[in-house]
Amino acid sequence: MATANIEVSETPLVLYALRRADDALILGHRLSEWCGHAPMLEEDMALSNIALDLIGQARELYSYAAKAEGKNNDEDKLAYLRDVRQYRNLLLVEQPNGDFAQTLVRQFFYSAFADLYWRAMMNSCDTTLAAIAAKSEKESAYHLRHASEWIIRLGDGTDESHARAQAAIDHLWAFTGEMFAVDDGERVLIHAGIAIDPGTLRGRWLQTLSDVASEATLVLPQNDWMQQGGRVGRHSEHLGHLLSELQSMQRTFPGLTW
Amino acid sequence: MVSLLDRDSELRRRAWDAAASVVDPEIPVLTIADLGVLREVALDGDHVEVAITPTYSGCPAMNMIALEVELALERAGFRRSKVRTVLSPAWTTDWMSEEGRQKLRAYGIAPPQASSSRRTLFGEQAVACPQCGSENTELLSEFGSTSCKALWRCKSCREPFDYFKCH
Repeated sequence: MATANIEVSETPLVLYALRRADDALILGHRLSEWCGHAPMLEEDMALSNIALDLIGQARELYSYAAKAEGKNNDEDKLAYLRDVRQYRNLLLVEQPNGDFAQTLVRQFFYSAFADLYWRAMMNSCDTTLAAIAAKSEKESAYHLRHASEWIIRLGDGTDESHARAQAAIDHLWAFTGEMFAVDDGERVLIHAGIAIDPGTLRGRWLQTLSDVASEATLVLPQNDWMQQGGRVGRHSEHLGHLLSELQSMQRTFPGLTW
Repeated sequence: MVSLLDRDSELRRRAWDAAASVVDPEIPVLTIADLGVLREVALDGDHVEVAITPTYSGCPAMNMIALEVELALERAGFRRSKVRTVLSPAWTTDWMSEEGRQKLRAYGIAPPQASSSRRTLFGEQAVACPQCGSENTELLSEFGSTSCKALWRCKSCREPFDYFKCH
């Protein structure tokens, strides 16, 4: 049955591409949930546009993961026919939209990282990853600018918007550590020049955050206890609900196309 | 020999012209050649291989453009064709032809600024209104009706307009 979960041979390179693809797909899906619900038309379009960029990046990364695996999988199977425990995304991106501030803080944390990450990955010796990075880097720059402007507007806005933005920062902070973690498989790729060490980006990432936060009169938490598990398939309860919606058509009508 | 070579280049020119006639479904005044989306047309016997590149990763027009290219080639007599998508080098608005920029302006969309350096991306932009030409304009939204456009407003003639983002 095509509804059964596929199996993926997760070599270091396949897993590496899959993790980044899952980040982009899940965050893109979360943003698409705002379509038709955003507080104003311009934001509806902005969030849908960003979702589209991310889902486009996910498609390229899934296609590459499938090619690197060399089995019978493709971008659709990887997206639609893996269960929660097979997903490898950051816990940050699967967190619910919450209020508008929570969506924008999540986007800000991620985009501030993605902007640095893709720029660094343009030097990857893997030509496909470098090409995906060159496209994604331009898009991430827009996403970061958009999110930064909102963080400032919300933080330096009314008492209500300030309180909501600060609460979102405090709530989501513990999900940011995962972005900078590497495992043994990734270490091999870093040594080979295929991947970059995300730890080297943390200083500049923090700088971006503190620059924007200080302009927004918001405070970054001092605690450094970080939640982990997404990269190895241990997710929060939210991802299962998201996937049941994202995958419902393919699970109900296997192989459906239109 | 000479006539064979001539025949090949004539065929390739016909294949290129057919592919280059396809227009962007969202901005039908621009062809994919004007946009710089059409990268390469290669001929192997009677088989044509066309390379296109996306403007933005998630551009939903790509599937339709690929289909239109195949149909245009078929109409031009090329029965066997394949369209592939290339990512590298990454598309930039610098590839848009001067003719394309003029067509955009006439259509009511402000064309992208000439250079796509990061400085332009983050610096002050002066975008001229495509209706009245005034540079007294303001950004309404970074994101517009399609991935490649932003929404602006002219403070002189009060008309809102699309700006094709510098990328």
